[in-house]
Amino acid sequence: MFVKEKSVTTLNKKMDFPVLNTTMRGNRLVYLDNAATTQKPTSVLEAMNHFLTKENGTVNRGVYYLSQEATKKCDDSRKSLKTFLNAKSEKEIIFVKGTTEAINLVAYSYGELMKPGDEILITELEHHANIVPWQQLCLRRGCILKVAPITDDGHLDINAYKKLLSEKTKLVSFCHISNSIGTINPARELVKLAKEVGAKVLIDGAQAVSHLKVDVQDLDCDFYAFSGHKCFGPTGVGVLYGREDLLEKMPPFMTGGDMIETVSFQSSSFAELPRKFEAGTPAIVEIIGLGEAVKYMNTLDYKEIQNYEQKLLEAAQEKLNELDITLIGPTHTKAAIVSFVMNAVHAHDVGTVLDMEGVAVRVGHHCTQPLMKRYNVSSTIRASFCFYNDMEDVDALINGLKKVKEFLG
Amino acid sequence: MDNARLKNMYQEMILEHNKSPRNFGPLDCHTHYGHGKNPLCGDDYEFFLDIKDDVIESIGFTGDGCAISKSSASMLTTMVKGKQIGESRKLSETFLDFILNEGSNESLGKLKIFEGVKQFPVRVKCATLSWRALEQALLNTKHIASTEA
Repeated sequence: MFVKEKSVTTLNKKMDFPVLNTTMRGNRLVYLDNAATTQKPTSVLEAMNHFLTKENGTVNRGVYYLSQEATKKCDDSRKSLKTFLNAKSEKEIIFVKGTTEAINLVAYSYGELMKPGDEILITELEHHANIVPWQQLCLRRGCILKVAPITDDGHLDINAYKKLLSEKTKLVSFCHISNSIGTINPARELVKLAKEVGAKVLIDGAQAVSHLKVDVQDLDCDFYAFSGHKCFGPTGVGVLYGREDLLEKMPPFMTGGDMIETVSFQSSSFAELPRKFEAGTPAIVEIIGLGEAVKYMNTLDYKEIQNYEQKLLEAAQEKLNELDITLIGPTHTKAAIVSFVMNAVHAHDVGTVLDMEGVAVRVGHHCTQPLMKRYNVSSTIRASFCFYNDMEDVDALINGLKKVKEFLG
Repeated sequence: MDNARLKNMYQEMILEHNKSPRNFGPLDCHTHYGHGKNPLCGDDYEFFLDIKDDVIESIGFTGDGCAISKSSASMLTTMVKGKQIGESRKLSETFLDFILNEGSNESLGKLKIFEGVKQFPVRVKCATLSWRALEQALLNTKHIASTEA
């Protein structure tokens, strides 16, 4: 009997995300700015709403019920994240505001241990959040910032990276996935090479957590940073994973309430990990929301997601190539992020016309001005896909771009 | 309806100025200079003015940005060329008041065409950037006019 091959056109995840079932300017919402922020599933929204309407209290003030519950829920989130990242201990999971704060924490705190002449190596792919904190650290401590270049096809130049590594290199920081052009870095290989010269390694995982299964022990990195809102959780919360022995050696970043052991006017002693790095009342409901997002991600089959997202990417790239556009960056070993310029039409104008069609894309420099300069463009149009997108979304993008041609071409 | 809004913003004259900007390119010599930048989207224009006896005798601009910002820059140059500094300042004030507030569009001539941009609040900065840079140029400061000042 002839069995029609099952074609995967959707994973049917749209129903989990209420905002995706709304209309935008009279059209179906086509959300293609997932690299900027992802949408939130019902379970996350409900957990946060439930906490705020039924259980709101602060943490670590344990004598009353609400506080005990809030403390327990935040502890549970930390446990989930420890398992999710495969960290060795919950002490290695520091709640921060987002990737930017995580990187700043390392730059300020680990930076205190660095000496004049020590080198920090980043790559040409980096987001401003993985450039500026290191520049500032160099100014404070007299360190030297080195940048490993990429090749024209948008991949890191591994030979150049190897050459830039030396016994002077004390810290290497690179993105797992480029937010701007989608390049997936060979993270494990880059860590291994950095370790050979004794450098510590931070991975900016902001774009990776929603696309890949992240295992910090397998990666063998020293720090891993990401934001909750880019992986189906709320804004205002993120995670810095740090190896326990390093976190122990590092001085506190911010100081104040919750991160102390005892305080007198003469001196203070600090709390144990992870609280040493969590000054002030934490983002409680956001931490609970992120914990719920982790539960959601635990239901996903990452292999299936990757295959599916790659199909969307291939279809998008194929159809884009039929239009009058130039793709920027890699065409393989990349996440489902397409960055392109439309010949003779500025990215901003493209974005406005697409918006009128209900298609949300990001236009601009994507907080990667040096990378834009590398490609000699001031801005690109970026469509970034998630597993809840489908072929209809790809078609809506293409039809929108045809309309751009009509209007402005 | 949305097509109508788009057509209202991307008027023929705007698209035409975007494709063939007037007074594009630097001047051989200039007395005044202004620089306008939108750090969020990357629009970046430089204006070169040659002012003699209080009159803008010559003006040129360089840079890159979206259709709205480029056509605005181009039309600005055609509007202020030959005008006195005071008149140019007045025109700039009137235009900004028209775009940003509910100011009158009388006396704006062909700049009225930017009316459609008002329906796209995030794009208003594209239309105003050059005029901010002109104001800086007329003050002859070294300050860069930014949309995020």
